Amino acid sequence: MSAAYPPPAAAPQATETSRHRRPFIEVVKEKSGVELNLCYQCQACANGCPFIKAMDYRPNQVLRLIQFGLREEVLRCKTIWVCVGCHTCSSQCPMDIDIAAVMDTLRFMAVEEGVPVGKPNIIDFHEEVLRSLEKYGRAHKLGIMLGYKRQTGGWLQDLDVGLKLLAKRKLELFPTRVRAGKEIAGLFHCYWRNSL
Amino acid sequence: MSTPQTKLQPLDFSYFPGCSLAATAAESNQSLMQAAKALGFNLIEVPDWNCCGSSSAQTMCRSLALRMAARNLSLAPPDRPLVAMCPRCLHYLRSSQKCLKQDPLIRRELEGRWGRPLNVDGEIIHFLEALVRYGLDRLQAKARRSLKGLKFVPYYGCTLFRPPRLKQERYFQGEMENILIALGAEPISNALMHRCCGSFLSATDPEIVAPLVNEIIDSAAAAKADCVVTACAMCQLNLEIRYTNGAKIPIFHFSEILALALGAEDYEKWFVRHLVDPRPIIKKLAEAA
Repeated sequence: MSAAYPPPAAAPQATETSRHRRPFIEVVKEKSGVELNLCYQCQACANGCPFIKAMDYRPNQVLRLIQFGLREEVLRCKTIWVCVGCHTCSSQCPMDIDIAAVMDTLRFMAVEEGVPVGKPNIIDFHEEVLRSLEKYGRAHKLGIMLGYKRQTGGWLQDLDVGLKLLAKRKLELFPTRVRAGKEIAGLFHCYWRNSL
Repeated sequence: MSTPQTKLQPLDFSYFPGCSLAATAAESNQSLMQAAKALGFNLIEVPDWNCCGSSSAQTMCRSLALRMAARNLSLAPPDRPLVAMCPRCLHYLRSSQKCLKQDPLIRRELEGRWGRPLNVDGEIIHFLEALVRYGLDRLQAKARRSLKGLKFVPYYGCTLFRPPRLKQERYFQGEMENILIALGAEPISNALMHRCCGSFLSATDPEIVAPLVNEIIDSAAAAKADCVVTACAMCQLNLEIRYTNGAKIPIFHFSEILALALGAEDYEKWFVRHLVDPRPIIKKLAEAA
């Protein structure tokens, strides 16, 4: 299905058709456990979503794209990364579609398949958090923010807030760690991480 | 709200602080400990707990998210309820428990790996629920400072209020009000109580979050609230650091207000860590009393 839609330039396409024979919607339905064909485009989700302005597709449009089988379009969109899972859409949907769970599923699929990410800075951030968790077992916020800045290069962006937090001693200088570090390290064996 | 249970329940709880309360929001944790002590709640920290996985594990790897939360379940003794204060931690711990219950294979794998049993039937509750269930009568008896006249917006944020994946679970709507009304405060319900604070976008894309936070705080100001009380340490932080308009409305974590009412003395220590100084309001309260 995705072949009918021209992908953005420089997209790795070689294995796409051979790998994904099942209709996209079936895969999403199975992975998320959500019946998305119930959507009749009332747009209650889009009207409630606090983050709609930062999205390229509205949540109801994402559902539509899935129904149309536009796999690439969906997995590369910004919307799935901007969604923080506040569940406003899910709780407002008159058909009781758990849209946030669909977004979760789409993010997993995007990561697993290694498609270009619509909002790279957000995945950088999550990666940085996971690095902290892998190292210490707990999130060390100062380390995460510094690592994130190193990746994205925006050292001056948001500096004032960072300094305020430091002054209020809300950013701990040193991490606390889990004693059984091995138990934590043993959990970090996600095959896709090597590619990031 | 559930009806108060008999008075002399055993009041030992396992306690999962989570990364925010253990570090960034240390004042929430300190005040929670004070409040718990005053109420005779014995919060016993889960030994060597780790991060619940947070949104990041949840976003990047389902299996990692499930297992990070599961390790904490394996460390919590089965004979007492596990209490969390952070709504996201609560949500992820419960989701993980639900998965483990449905999937005995993963459960056995993890039990084998860690060499200890995984408790999948234990109760996981939010501190608010523990309070409503076991502490309402104690609350009246132990109140030391009146909150009379304090107009607060009960800000639940998103997670505590509506995770559909856990539909069968309790909702917490109204409990913050119930508790603070009992202590004399006055809830303001016509502000944005359930609007999401922006979560991790506050770190990655502040320009998206600032207008949203402005709407939330301005709605509280328009409703003539003295303060906003949050149920989540991250909400508290986001509402403080991402507000760019002029209203000077202090944002409290629920445990701070509670500990204050229960007579905690060291509140200055927590309040200097706030970006909007709450001390004028506390002074006003003291003068009114």
